[in-house]
Amino acid sequence: MSIRKQYDSDLEALKTALVEMGQNAAEAVENALEALCTADTAAAQKIVQGDDRINNMERDIEHRCMTLLLRQQPVAGDLRHISTAMKVVTDIERMGDHASDIAEIIPHLVTVRKEGDPAVSQAIAMGRKAYQMILDAMDALTAEDEIAARRVIAADDAVDYDFNAIKHTLAQEIAADPAKVDAALDLLMVIKYLERIGDHAVNVAEWVQFVRTGRYKDESMF
Amino acid sequence: MENTNVPVISAKDLNLWYGDFKALKSISLDVGEREITALIGPSGCGKSTFLKTLNRMNDLVPGVRIEGDVRLKGEDIFARKMELTDLRRRVGMVFQKANPFPMSIYDNITYGPKLHGVRNKAELDELVETSLRGAALWDEVKDRLKKSALGLSGGQQQRLCIARALAVKPEVLLMDEPTSALDPGSTMKVEELMSELKKNYTVVIVTHNMQQAARISDRTAFFLLGELVEVGPTNQIFSTPRDKRTEDYISGRFG
Repeated sequence: MSIRKQYDSDLEALKTALVEMGQNAAEAVENALEALCTADTAAAQKIVQGDDRINNMERDIEHRCMTLLLRQQPVAGDLRHISTAMKVVTDIERMGDHASDIAEIIPHLVTVRKEGDPAVSQAIAMGRKAYQMILDAMDALTAEDEIAARRVIAADDAVDYDFNAIKHTLAQEIAADPAKVDAALDLLMVIKYLERIGDHAVNVAEWVQFVRTGRYKDESMF
Repeated sequence: MENTNVPVISAKDLNLWYGDFKALKSISLDVGEREITALIGPSGCGKSTFLKTLNRMNDLVPGVRIEGDVRLKGEDIFARKMELTDLRRRVGMVFQKANPFPMSIYDNITYGPKLHGVRNKAELDELVETSLRGAALWDEVKDRLKKSALGLSGGQQQRLCIARALAVKPEVLLMDEPTSALDPGSTMKVEELMSELKKNYTVVIVTHNMQQAARISDRTAFFLLGELVEVGPTNQIFSTPRDKRTEDYISGRFG
């Protein structure tokens, strides 16, 4: 294989690894929502354990990027792809972390909240939006589709809106019955993590412009 | 980012033929003052031909024919009134292979100035020191100025050639792959020297080393098959080239 062909195949492998990691993070979030919905503490435990896998994928991607930087001295499109991978890998890893954070809360949360609790349902609906943002952000990145990326960035408003609405509901719960503060705080943590997951998806989407044009948030990076 | 710098050299619609072979196709390129402009491209793309045209080194090539306009600070370099020796004093050249004259270090430096009429010993002494200092060679050779230049290392010889070019007080320095025959240490010294030189001189360099162009130049021009494909700030060319051929070349897909 020629040197350039090997380089291209290394870049392709990097892209595949990133897509796979994105899928794993999205899946962890989906599973956390499912565990929350079904009050499944065993499933929650599995999500916490599975986070190691996502962390290892981050190490692997960083290693691939560092090796390419060292050995190929990438320029132009190659440089933009590798530096983008190094940036978004952190955001993807955080999404996985937050899925695990949510899963850690579930065993306690299910003891303080009844099945079919409307605030939990609202949180799950919010979480579905954040989950969809991850999928859309990864698709936009893979396809290098700036329009799709802008849609992801815009979609974060709905997640933020839900966060504030649920937070308001929880504040009212506490005001009505101070004994419920524990249950309210658990769910507040969950929605805060979900809100952060939306932010990380936005961060990923923001790199799509860079990978195409060398501009990030409409400013030249070079 | 457009180049707002006043061009020292301005080529417009420059065409050059070697016999029937068209080596330069309608090249228009401005070289900004006190900038390093790197010319890159695969072998045979016309970059060295373009470089040599800037001080009319191609005039002597049999069968060469040139059309178009090249101006040095507004003066037509092909005009009858342009003295060739004067043009070559104003636009100096350093070649790929160091070519010191087989004489002393001192005489290498004073050869040009003497040709242009400088006779005063004190003046020549001063020229030797300032030129050697300008080429970052003074400290290494000041105690052996009367020794043969051929006894210097390859890197020192190349810096001597740069000093020799500086001795006639040029406005522009042309460099044709000046470090391709040097080891990494000597290459680094010459690159550092170029960054120093651009404080006072305009430099045009032909290089096959992409990293070198990226490290030292302000603007980069990419030539292919006699055409100027793209020219722009070096950061832009190496991060977001506009033309796919530029991207393919700098990222090693051909050439």
